[in-house]
Amino acid sequence: MNILRRRLITLIALALVLPSGGGALAQSADSDDPEASPMWQQVRNSLFQGRTITSPADDVLVLDAPTRAEDAAIVPISIRTRLAQSDSRYIRTLYLMIDNNPSPLGATFHFTPNSGRADIETRVRVDAYTHVRAIAEMSDGQLYMSTRFVKASGGCSAPPGKDPQAALSTLGRMRLRVEGEVIANRPALAQLMISHPNHSGLAMDQLTRHYTPARYVRKILVTYAGAPVLSADVDFSISENPNFRFYFQPGGKGELKAEVVDTEDQRFESALAVAPVKAAN
Amino acid sequence: MRHKQSILLPAVRLLCAALAGAALATHAAAADAGPAVAPLPLVELAPGVHVHYGIHQPWSAHNAGNVANLGVVIGSRCAAVIDTGGSPSLGEQLRAAVGRLTRLPVCYVINTHVHPDHVLGNSAFAGGTTPAQIVGHARLGPSLAARAPYYLEAFRRESGTALPPETVVYPTRTVEDTLEIDLGERKLLLRAWPTAHTDNDLTVYDENTGTLFTGDLLFIDHLPVIDGQLRGWLKVIAALKLLAPKLAVPGHGRASADLRQAIAPQEAYLGAVLNQTRAAIAAGLPIQRALEQFDDSVTRGWQLADAFHRRNLTAAYAELEWEE
Repeated sequence: MNILRRRLITLIALALVLPSGGGALAQSADSDDPEASPMWQQVRNSLFQGRTITSPADDVLVLDAPTRAEDAAIVPISIRTRLAQSDSRYIRTLYLMIDNNPSPLGATFHFTPNSGRADIETRVRVDAYTHVRAIAEMSDGQLYMSTRFVKASGGCSAPPGKDPQAALSTLGRMRLRVEGEVIANRPALAQLMISHPNHSGLAMDQLTRHYTPARYVRKILVTYAGAPVLSADVDFSISENPNFRFYFQPGGKGELKAEVVDTEDQRFESALAVAPVKAAN
Repeated sequence: MRHKQSILLPAVRLLCAALAGAALATHAAAADAGPAVAPLPLVELAPGVHVHYGIHQPWSAHNAGNVANLGVVIGSRCAAVIDTGGSPSLGEQLRAAVGRLTRLPVCYVINTHVHPDHVLGNSAFAGGTTPAQIVGHARLGPSLAARAPYYLEAFRRESGTALPPETVVYPTRTVEDTLEIDLGERKLLLRAWPTAHTDNDLTVYDENTGTLFTGDLLFIDHLPVIDGQLRGWLKVIAALKLLAPKLAVPGHGRASADLRQAIAPQEAYLGAVLNQTRAAIAAGLPIQRALEQFDDSVTRGWQLADAFHRRNLTAAYAELEWEE
């Protein structure tokens, strides 16, 4: 399964990187029309079939991304949602897609009513001129999308990490923290940082002529007091040292806990005791 | 937007076709001195030490990658080339320039780091009857392997000319710490540095003339670019300041007889980026909001701030966020 997936990714990547491949076609996609992107057409068909996707949908979600990737290895992305995660209707899944990356579906985030808000901030690699899109799937199945067009960086910037050796030497080191005062029954902002090279394995070793195996974070599960608040399937479209800001909504005291699994099936954990204060009113 | 492209593209295509054609032609014709490639202009800064000054622009197919400084050092046995330019055609032009200076072979190509403006001309020196040894930092090979497809793709995207993967020529000899190479009555001392501008920076010191080629560990006038580790770079700057070469040749900008003085603006800029970024992180600003609020006055006096300053801040933020 993993090997197949890697082969598939390698194939896609080669098609993009090789001059006469699909990349040339994909990259000439008009920045004005996110619907015309060939990769989006494929992914749309496989993920959502003929379902209606409302876009733009600024009253549901807004994707923020720079118009130009200053550093191709670290492109800050934020998805802000406008709906409360109520028990009756909430954002169940956010798909983050970077059309012209070797692996276009970079992340799938799953939320619950305990998430409080389904916002996400992270940093991604952007290889080429590309549409970036966030698609929200509601608990009732409705779909909303926000898109941005990101220009590739100029000059000598490239998506691989800056110091893979350093990232590997601290692999699995994590930081989990909450920001500001945590108030009971209100969304609280948290940040998860993972030291990990998160590399694609797309580079060939010039001596052995073999591809070094990919190694990246593939799963994240965050719980509060035992209940899931965020789970994510991610891949190497996420930058070296993956970094996420997200919300959770605490009732009473509890433990915020993050579990991370990478492609070598190594598991990393970090936890934090949280004691929310009661709202002033 | 489309209209503009349609005007620009044919000219660019023509230029690039010409460059690619020239590159192919020289390989075949160099031995029998066929149609000449225009030699790159070189200036002799010290006896046997020649430099080509790159223009201050981002690396791009549109300028044939002619943006970095390139060096030539000539001994009694052979010559060494220090960085080869940002395209195969530029490498050919550099080789033609060396051919005008000496009949001795180029026995070493030294790459100061992975960036395309410094290595994409390697192919001009790798073939023929006396191919040069390609020397680089021990981490140059892996870094180049990871980045080369993107460099080639960027070149293709801009020029419409696809460079084959063989364009990228990898080091045949690596430096873990230091290495001395002999050009005949002339020794070059190579030194590999910890992660700074990139994770594979290498300097070259010519003992005969006291000339230090810093690669991109030193930028003059052209805004420094962080693609390694900001804190590491500041440490390397402190170490470089202890050296007292007679002449320092930066990766970008004019050579200087006073390295300590020449490196001061870079140290001040990087120090300001460090302080601003630490302050933004301490204030709890997420990266995007931090980028919106930074004070850009620190780029005063530098060229190419539009192209590189925000990139530097982005890289600095991602690095410094891990500080305790």
